[in-house]
Amino acid sequence: MATDVTPADEVELTGSSITYSPDNPAPVIEPPRARTTRTPRATRGNFELWGWLFMRLSGVVLVVLVIGHLLIQLVLDGGVTKVGFAFVAGRWASPFWQGWDLVMLWLAMLHGGNGLRTVINDYAEQPNTRFWLKTLLVTAVAFTIVLGSLVIFTFDPNIR
Amino acid sequence: MPAGTLYRGREGMWSWVAHRVTGVLIFFFLFVHVLDTALVRVSPEDYDKVVATYKTPVVSLLEYGLVAAILFHALNGLRIIAVDYWTQGPRYQKQMFWTVMGLWGALMVGAIYPVLGHAARVLFGS
Repeated sequence: MATDVTPADEVELTGSSITYSPDNPAPVIEPPRARTTRTPRATRGNFELWGWLFMRLSGVVLVVLVIGHLLIQLVLDGGVTKVGFAFVAGRWASPFWQGWDLVMLWLAMLHGGNGLRTVINDYAEQPNTRFWLKTLLVTAVAFTIVLGSLVIFTFDPNIR
Repeated sequence: MPAGTLYRGREGMWSWVAHRVTGVLIFFFLFVHVLDTALVRVSPEDYDKVVATYKTPVVSLLEYGLVAAILFHALNGLRIIAVDYWTQGPRYQKQMFWTVMGLWGALMVGAIYPVLGHAARVLFGS
């Protein structure tokens, strides 16, 4: 019964379909979002999430480090009048203050760098402008972090 | 005010504007500050020469401005964290903003003598 195919049941092939048959099958079209071997493993990373979290975590630490730094440099023991080479030498004789300044340098530069990245993203509209401003920013941040770290690690109180 | 530059106004927008402005100012100060501190690797004399300019009344006033920017950015940053993580944060953001401004004002009054005292002695004699 089912094997009986009347002419009315036959599908009429039209257009390009007419050239395909079991011997000449139509090409397989990938579904648009199918994962293939060429698809990157993760198409969307969590960079912005980590950046957002970093701003909050580093912010809390920087409140303590920077306000402590301001108290020492500008408020206690005569404020800014005491600051000089001898004062710096005295503080960097201690690994504690070297570590304090090193952590403060890294966190502040990365926090400020990420903040300026957000500002560039918000106000620079031309792709070229964005690219060059960000290149300049990354260069400045890397230069400052490297220079500051070198100064802290290679400080020599007997330079003269 | 030109069209398109005002987003609702009031505490929420202006604290956001002030947070940006102070953040950018602090970033540029930090860049210069690392450069001036790097002079300790050049010579004690060069470092002391530059630091001596920081003890002049005009730069003391700039330091007071820097303290103002840092204290606002720090206190408002803590408020932002509270808005993000405290369940009641968004509801009380206005009250927290005025708490920030009150603390900031009190700390700025307290910073007058330590930060500007030396400049006053230079200008008016001790």
